[in-house]
Amino acid sequence: MAMLEVNDIHTYYGNIHALQGVSLEVEEGEIVTLIGANGAGKTTTLRTISKLLTPRQGNILFEGEDIAQYAPHEMVFKGVAMVPEGRGVFARLTVAENLDMGAFSRDDTKGIKQDLERVFTLFPRLKERRSQVAGTLSGGEQQMLATGRALMAHPRLMLMDEPSMGLAPILVEDTFKTIKAINEEGTTILLVEQNATMAFSVADRGYVLQTGEIVLDDTAENLKANEMVQKAYLGIE
Amino acid sequence: MLQRFQNISFLDIALWALAAIIITVVIWGTIATIIDNPYNPQFWAETIVFGISQGSLYALIAIGYTLVYGVLFMINFAHGEFFMTGIITATIFLAQPMKETGFLDNYPIISLLAIAAVSILVSMAIALLTERVAYRPLRKAPRLVPLITAIGASFFWQYFFRGLYGSEVKPFPPFEILKGKFTIAGVPILKTHAVVIVSAVIMLIGLYLFVMKTKVGKSIRAVAENKDVAALMGINVDRAITITFAMGSAMAGIAGVLYALVFRQTHFFMGFIPGIKAFTAAVLGGIGSVPGAALGGFLLGMFESIGPALFLEGLGIPAPHQLKDVIAFTMLVLVLILRPQGILGERLAEEKA
Ligand SMILES: Nc1ncnc2c1ncn2[C@@H]1O[C@H](COP(=O)(O)OP(=O)(O)OP(=O)(O)O)[C@@H](O)[C@H]1O
Ligand SMILES: [Mg+2]
Repeated sequence: MAMLEVNDIHTYYGNIHALQGVSLEVEEGEIVTLIGANGAGKTTTLRTISKLLTPRQGNILFEGEDIAQYAPHEMVFKGVAMVPEGRGVFARLTVAENLDMGAFSRDDTKGIKQDLERVFTLFPRLKERRSQVAGTLSGGEQQMLATGRALMAHPRLMLMDEPSMGLAPILVEDTFKTIKAINEEGTTILLVEQNATMAFSVADRGYVLQTGEIVLDDTAENLKANEMVQKAYLGIE
Repeated sequence: MLQRFQNISFLDIALWALAAIIITVVIWGTIATIIDNPYNPQFWAETIVFGISQGSLYALIAIGYTLVYGVLFMINFAHGEFFMTGIITATIFLAQPMKETGFLDNYPIISLLAIAAVSILVSMAIALLTERVAYRPLRKAPRLVPLITAIGASFFWQYFFRGLYGSEVKPFPPFEILKGKFTIAGVPILKTHAVVIVSAVIMLIGLYLFVMKTKVGKSIRAVAENKDVAALMGINVDRAITITFAMGSAMAGIAGVLYALVFRQTHFFMGFIPGIKAFTAAVLGGIGSVPGAALGGFLLGMFESIGPALFLEGLGIPAPHQLKDVIAFTMLVLVLILRPQGILGERLAEEKA
């Protein structure tokens, strides 16, 4: 049984049929990437998995359980955390307060402390800036904070929406190294990206989304070699 | 250089001219009053104490407007009614019977605490009911819809309580222990005013610490910034909004008790003017900001209290004390021209729309 099973979901914004039957699976321990052009429905897919949106059709199983019954805030308790598109740090809260909010669902003081240590080891910059208001952080630092905040929930599955967006090339590389490291420590990751080259370098498998439908589904190796993918997403003619 | 000037419209110029005129009149009036010197220092000291006392009430009520605006970007026009419902109920069912049986004079502290508890609970109950029934279903509606609904809720509660308790003024019994005054540094202070100011300051500090330091307080600030992301953190957004209404209305419930101590009466219409003034105070301080609401409240109370004597007396205006409301709203106009986001507000309001 896969950790996450998305079965033929259709999600709408009013009359806009944004997801037209998306199915995907994520096995425990994997990094799975979901790539696609602007407006393909990547964010919509992640928001549906985290229950911010409800599909009109289809279902989603997390660890074998249908999530239809849960409210968005309950998904964190189930073990799903998200690094949202555009980072979504709380600009007026300090770095430390943002991390606190990441651990909102927990009350195991000791575990929270351990995870805070882990976040500060992963991102020493956050430790230096912990009493700074998040709105004044650089883009790269905000990405670290959004990732660290999701880790504070100690999730089993982490959804990441374009973590490399808007970052300088050197930071992009750091970001993917961090993603790999987080995965190696035991967190399963579903990674949405437009930077397909980097995404394939860390992912085990991938899905290609086009206007609300999955058009390809294969190992990262095979996708990298796929002619259509090379043309459309890797910039290889 | 030219670019810069092209962005300035006639309206801006007219508003700045208006601001300049207001400031000139205020300075001119102040100088004239100082030269005339019609009052002794004692008068000024008492006026200032009265202003701070009045300002504490505005500050406590203003907190409710600012908290709700912070999480919902909605002006809760029914907030003045939350203030009224608590104390009018406590007056009828506790204060008046307690006075008649002598309990109030024998056990004044217990009586006061009981009155405060009932006032807070009723204000909270009405606020939570209003939120649940009238506001929550409209959370995704355009912003004008909840605004109109709030005005409707305000009328609803006014006339509901008028129907319930009648339209006549309900006297709030005086407390023997609060009669008289004491003197600090030569300034006589009515005991009632001292109680009002000290209670308000304690409540305001307590609320500020709650919002800044506790986990629940932080979650409310997170909800104020981004509801979707807050939910992703595991925060129950509906619950956070409920707590916000509960805190704001608890402050209003306490303000009701303090109001009754000072003015010794309650009435179904009593929430209207303090509500509008407190809303003014919240805008003045920067709506959405908790310290802003407190500062705005105190400033408004002070200006209303000393303004007529200080700004208007010297200009030879007859009966300047009847113009205190004019001063309050002129002050609002001035701040909105010179600093539209309010004294401590951030320039975020428009982006958020
Ligand atoms: N709030 C909304 N209301 C209406 N339509 C929306 C809304 N959000 C997204 N859409 C539409 O749904 C489709 C999928 O959008 P989505 O944000 O999921 O794309 P995406 O793959 O994440 O794109 P990007 O790479 O630009 O982030 C798009 O056509 C978009 O216009
Ligand atoms: Mg997106």
